[in-house]
Amino acid sequence: MATGERTWQRPTIFRTRRVKWAVYAGFLAFFVWSAVGIGFDPRRVLQGIGNTAVLIGDFLPPDATARELNRIIAKMLESVAMAMVATVTGIAVSIPVAFMAAENISPKPLYALNRGFISISRALNAIIVAILAVKAVGFGPLAGIITITFKTVGFFSKLLAEDIEDIDMGAVDAVRATGSSPIQTLLYGVVPQIIPRFAGLSVYRWDINIRTSTVIGIVGAGGIGSVLLTAFNRYDYQYVSAILLSIIVVVLFAEGVSAVVRRRYQ
Amino acid sequence: MSAEQPSWQRFDRRRRIGRFLAVLAVAVVVVASWQFMDIGVVDPDTVPREIADLLTRMYPPDVAYTPQIIGPLIETIHIAALGTVGALVLSIPVALLAAENTTPNAATFWLGKLIVTVSRSVNTIIWALIFVVAFGSGPLAGAVAIAFRSVGFLGKLLGEEIEEIDFGQLEAVRATGASSLQLLLYGILPQVKPALIGLVIYRWDINIRDSTVLGFVGAGGIGVQLFQSVNAFAWQSTAMILLIILGVVVVTEGLSAYTRGLVR
Repeated sequence: MATGERTWQRPTIFRTRRVKWAVYAGFLAFFVWSAVGIGFDPRRVLQGIGNTAVLIGDFLPPDATARELNRIIAKMLESVAMAMVATVTGIAVSIPVAFMAAENISPKPLYALNRGFISISRALNAIIVAILAVKAVGFGPLAGIITITFKTVGFFSKLLAEDIEDIDMGAVDAVRATGSSPIQTLLYGVVPQIIPRFAGLSVYRWDINIRTSTVIGIVGAGGIGSVLLTAFNRYDYQYVSAILLSIIVVVLFAEGVSAVVRRRYQ
Repeated sequence: MSAEQPSWQRFDRRRRIGRFLAVLAVAVVVVASWQFMDIGVVDPDTVPREIADLLTRMYPPDVAYTPQIIGPLIETIHIAALGTVGALVLSIPVALLAAENTTPNAATFWLGKLIVTVSRSVNTIIWALIFVVAFGSGPLAGAVAIAFRSVGFLGKLLGEEIEEIDFGQLEAVRATGASSLQLLLYGILPQVKPALIGLVIYRWDINIRDSTVLGFVGAGGIGVQLFQSVNAFAWQSTAMILLIILGVVVVTEGLSAYTRGLVR
């Protein structure tokens, strides 16, 4: 481990210690550049921390009138409903995309095309997709459903395609050897091998979709996010923290359900 | 595939009924959800046409717009980098609190869990809304928002790594008379270092993607340009920005996967 000599030095993964320090210096220089680039100023940071402390006082305790509470509940239900519908539509679209994006069973051009689509879906943040969807179909939950569906396809087909690539091709060959058609080969050779993962992935994505559906309302795509933005713009911070609390509760609940289901089926 | 018996079935009756009920329940929930939502005046049938229309307007992307995007793009990368560093610094104490074997007592353990939960449940854009109020609009608020969002992720996963360390090594270091700081540096850190580096790079990769939207709430980065061009219906410029975001994300994802492969 140590390099001879009397004093022990921690081993390094870089070739020599000099390289190590050069790499560290490089990182440090980059971060300094970043700090200058975004106008990092200790005084501003301290002031910001002070403001944050004041803000926390404004946020607490969470408070909402009866009318506001009803609004939270209605809009939260809308969020959850969007997530439910979009999870199903998203998975429905994902299945063909996943098969076409699996290298072992898909022709090359189709593979490239679908992988490209998956990359685009994964690269664009849900908020960006939501803005475009709102411009395309107008405000409301429909834009949210389109957004979440689009985001689901990237995630779900990528992971499902990876599972399809990992299957045992022997089983597929065996089914094909019985004289089955390509569709039958897919149904009896490939599908049974990916079903267990499929259930877990679906619930996992549902959990993520619930999270997403609580924020895309900020850009007008339906759900609780719109209420949050309105409350923020009115500086009604106690109401904001009540909304945040409701989001945290729903997200935790979804995460719990998803964890339990995935533990049972995997 | 079927055997000689007249009918082979994969599941016994109880599981079949269970499966049927589960599918039925999902169907009911989805239909009820669709009914519940106020879709409004939009007719879902026109959706494909609207989207096709949008995509047609985006083509071809306005390449001449690129020089104006480079500055905000670099700002986005800075926000992600500083946010990740900030999150790393903040997440170490949080992880130590949230790990069962290093937390001083039950109260601190729950404090750690609370920080992790709140940070993870609140989306980056909401954190940005809050910090724009506190720090004023600009990239600094964005970096702070990114840091606060990432603390939960890093704290949770790092805490789980710390829970799995070998305590024998820790005791050996303690037996040499090490202080608690030395214990941390020589007993715990070396055991979680590879995981820590992997997690930080992974989070940095996510943060690059997240920081592209901060501009919407005034927290800097390429999002500002994006929302301006969307609001001006400058679809060809929008397409160019989206392409550049796509390029950056693909590059960071590759870089992240490569470096994580190195440290693993």
